[in-house]
Amino acid sequence: MSIRHALLALLSEGPKYGLQLRQDFEARTGDVWPLNVGQVYTTLQRLERDGLVESDGSEEEGPQKRFRITDDGRAELAVWLRTPPDLSSPPRDELVIKILVAVRLPDVDVHEVVQAHRRYLVQLMQEWTRLKEYAANRDLGFGLAVDAELFRLDAVVRWLDAADGRIKRASVERPDAERLPLPRVPRKAVVRS
Amino acid sequence: MSVLELRDVSKVYGDGPAQVHALRNVSLNVDDGELVAVMGPSGSGKSTLLTIAGTLEEPTAGEVLVGGAAVLGMSHNDRARLRRRSIGYVFQDFNLLAGLTAAENVSLPLELDGVPGGSARQSGLRALDELGLRERAGSFPDELSGGERQRVAIARAVVGDRRLLLADEPSGALDSVNGEAVMRLIRAACQRGVAGVVVTHDAQLASWADRVVFLRDGRVVDQTAPAVGPESLLAPNT
Repeated sequence: MSIRHALLALLSEGPKYGLQLRQDFEARTGDVWPLNVGQVYTTLQRLERDGLVESDGSEEEGPQKRFRITDDGRAELAVWLRTPPDLSSPPRDELVIKILVAVRLPDVDVHEVVQAHRRYLVQLMQEWTRLKEYAANRDLGFGLAVDAELFRLDAVVRWLDAADGRIKRASVERPDAERLPLPRVPRKAVVRS
Repeated sequence: MSVLELRDVSKVYGDGPAQVHALRNVSLNVDDGELVAVMGPSGSGKSTLLTIAGTLEEPTAGEVLVGGAAVLGMSHNDRARLRRRSIGYVFQDFNLLAGLTAAENVSLPLELDGVPGGSARQSGLRALDELGLRERAGSFPDELSGGERQRVAIARAVVGDRRLLLADEPSGALDSVNGEAVMRLIRAACQRGVAGVVVTHDAQLASWADRVVFLRDGRVVDQTAPAVGPESLLAPNT
């Protein structure tokens, strides 16, 4: 999330002072994203220059200056909320590469490699779930963020489960399959450099 | 204290070339107050482990102890009593009796065990109350939502003085919000001192457990370290 759009979102609730914006920002992100005052004011200046926010009068920069969102600012926020992030070409995935390498090494038990990663991921999920157990019912935003992390880790575990099954089946059906040259996958579809 | 103990348990189905080794030398301890998840793919032996832990099936080799008592030497009647009094089951498809109300479903195991009707009904209502279902006590299963049915099933599994709760994919048919509610209830039961075992292939469900044990081809191949407190995730801030 850009600081720019986060500030627009906070201002869409009503006019606010710079310092208040910084405090609200940190509170909404569960204090995991600390901002310095300088970042807040620089961003507000740019938003004002672009006509997305306006301030009271011409007082000096500082905590006394109050900002409000403009119609253009609301339009920009609405577009940003609905613009999908770029998920079309996945980044280089280190875990996928490790499993692909393990499958082709003769002395490596790939199932054991898969399990080591699975255990680590499930342990991480246990920690997130513990956090959710204590805090999610008290703080909706926090609950949503923890769910996102759990679903992301869960997807990786599922991929490992599927990989485990596929490798097992392949070794039964074609014991030498691992040593055959791989077909070329379109570069764009797999790796983004 | 160990509520469930499997010692070197093996289970073989069939014989000759058709022989299937469902479990191979599995050992597992579950203490009171502890929730253990058993994860593994289909055919890894998860369900067999649960039916053996629930004394519904006998192992081919090895020992099963529930509450410190060896199941193997017990008479048929003693074993049935142990099942009725100490062990609760939660299944994926709820297994509620359609002709009985929620309250009757929950108090049935107590009545079967000879507890007088009135006091069985009181215990049943108390268990429903704990799961937020008191006002649904008179409803029949087909008048309840999937989430409510599973809560009734959990109430039935922990009613009375049960010490061991066994669950097989307990949120299998539910959406993730209801699934989470089910796991919160199972955890709450464990926090009151029940020992719980949940078998599942779902990592999100398993991650509610204190400890996750991984099964593969009938063997325990790995387990997670006991879960640490949430403070470790917040550490970067401190």
